[in-house]
Amino acid sequence: MKEKRHIFDSKKNVKRVLKALVLACALTAGADIVYHRHVVHPFEALWGFYAIYGFVACVVLVLLAKEMRKLLMRDEDYYDRDA
Amino acid sequence: MPEFPPFALFYLAALAAAVLPRVPRQVLMLAVPVVSCAALLQLPADLLVSMAILDLQLEPFRVDRLSRLFGILFHIGAFIGIVFSLHTRDRTQHVAALAYAGSAFGAVFAGDLLTLFVFWEMLAVSSVFLIFASRTERSYGAGMRYLVIQVISGVLLLAGALILYGQSGSLRFEHIGLTGAGGTLIFLAFGIKCAFPLLHNWLTDAYPEATPTGTVFLSAFTTKVAVYALARGFAGTEALVYIGAVMTCFPIFYAVIENDLRRVLAYSMINQIGFMVVGIGLGTALAINGAIAHAFNDVIFKGLLMMSMGAVLHMTGRMNGSELGGLYKSMPVTTALCIVGAASISAFPLFSGFVSKSMVMVAVLEEGHPFVWLALLFASAGVFHHAGIKIPFFAFFAHDSGIRTREPPANMLIAMGIAATLCIGIGVWPWVLYDLLPFTVNYTPFDGSHILAQIQLLVFSAAAFAWLKVAGIYPPELHSTNIDVEWLYRRLAPRWALKTVTVSHRTAQAASQAGKGLGRNLMRLVLHHYGPEGTLARAWPTGSMVLWVAVLLAASLVLYYL
Repeated sequence: MKEKRHIFDSKKNVKRVLKALVLACALTAGADIVYHRHVVHPFEALWGFYAIYGFVACVVLVLLAKEMRKLLMRDEDYYDRDA
Repeated sequence: MPEFPPFALFYLAALAAAVLPRVPRQVLMLAVPVVSCAALLQLPADLLVSMAILDLQLEPFRVDRLSRLFGILFHIGAFIGIVFSLHTRDRTQHVAALAYAGSAFGAVFAGDLLTLFVFWEMLAVSSVFLIFASRTERSYGAGMRYLVIQVISGVLLLAGALILYGQSGSLRFEHIGLTGAGGTLIFLAFGIKCAFPLLHNWLTDAYPEATPTGTVFLSAFTTKVAVYALARGFAGTEALVYIGAVMTCFPIFYAVIENDLRRVLAYSMINQIGFMVVGIGLGTALAINGAIAHAFNDVIFKGLLMMSMGAVLHMTGRMNGSELGGLYKSMPVTTALCIVGAASISAFPLFSGFVSKSMVMVAVLEEGHPFVWLALLFASAGVFHHAGIKIPFFAFFAHDSGIRTREPPANMLIAMGIAATLCIGIGVWPWVLYDLLPFTVNYTPFDGSHILAQIQLLVFSAAAFAWLKVAGIYPPELHSTNIDVEWLYRRLAPRWALKTVTVSHRTAQAASQAGKGLGRNLMRLVLHHYGPEGTLARAWPTGSMVLWVAVLLAASLVLYYL
């Protein structure tokens, strides 16, 4: 019996998700132009502050974590072996 | 004393569960939280029960707005956990879970430090069986380390309480503050249970080793009791703002590279507690409300995430991101429920995390801590990254691992369904929760600026994940152990101990060798002079004797004439 094809088995649907994400980015960033957010701190008033901060934060997080692996990663049974 | 203090009901139920057969036990376990919560809601808004033992004035039971809220929360957590674990035939886990929940009630309703200490230790002793119940060598080791660290926390609490008693003559559990030796010791005791940085490793060590159902209970009680205790004893302690900020940031790096998905959730738990600790440190009405509301929501959404991973572990026997993937095909309902939990912890508008975390964020800025705020915002993006995306992505999507399974048992799905309903319910209608908070809430969660800002943060974080993944920069899930503070006591300390023993053994050996050599030489010398063949034992000829006598006489003659 052949298994049923699932939604993300086709590359087209994965592409659609990515496109939707790009569209969502454009829309929310665009909203910053038309909608005036009220702010508590001057940081927040910068155009696209949250968008840029979110993107940069995640990239920095992943790149730093990747570097951390070089220092911290050991075999899975590291603690199970004798000291 | 009220007729049915929650801890007593749960302890009795634990005793009964130890002997009852399966079906009556299940009925009892479902009934206890319902009956106990109803009894709690009947109690007056403020209630203090005092009693005197010898000269000691104790207040073993206190209800006020703060303890009542945690009482209600723990009933919800206990009920969800019980439903989730109903199918298991393992009696040990049922008894331990009931006793553990009872201890949590005892601790939050404790009006004095001695009662708090008793339940503090009971929390440790009862919960460790949920870890042992995995019945693996790993879980045994992790459980023992967990127990030792939890008991140390209790001992610090007792020592601190006794010092305070010596100074003030009272054991009442009120605001303590970070002053003097007593306050500092209690702060440390709470800090261990709250998983302060450097004191946190017991959590990420032990929780992922517990049974699929046990972790759900563990994630509900211990750390939240500690958050409650901090809120009561140390509200407004500035150090907590910085401690909390560190707690939100450092675990997310570990979460990104961790392979065991329940350990990822354990790290993300420290991150979420960090938000609460910051709120407690600020100490304003808005901040405390935010911290407590976030604790409430965290029990439910973290429980939901732990349950979804528990369901995966239960059905596939696997928990590593590197071995999972593609499960949405055979577990679509679990996938959807997990995504609700992920959206809640990531604080999507209309999900529960949003209505509580934003209170803390606003309070941080209002109190003039812009850099702490930036750190928390970084952590907010990070939590979406590792808990909101990574958990569902690597378990249910990513590459197809080829695993085909079924949805978990109905009771697991129902438990997750209840939690997901609460996540969305509180997210849409937060005023139900706001009405329970210790201070009056003058905060509007759904305002255009907040919603837009949060959506921008999340959408662009998701874009960063997608870009890193498509570009092949994202670190792959690998079989690994990542070194954390535990290395000090799991590697360095044993190595030093081993070295000390080896070196002292060698020294002792060398010393005994040297001693033996010395003794042998001495014996040889003695034997040389006094042995059977020795100089002094020889038979001397008479002639030499006469000669020596003559020499002596001559010498004395010479001396006489001198």
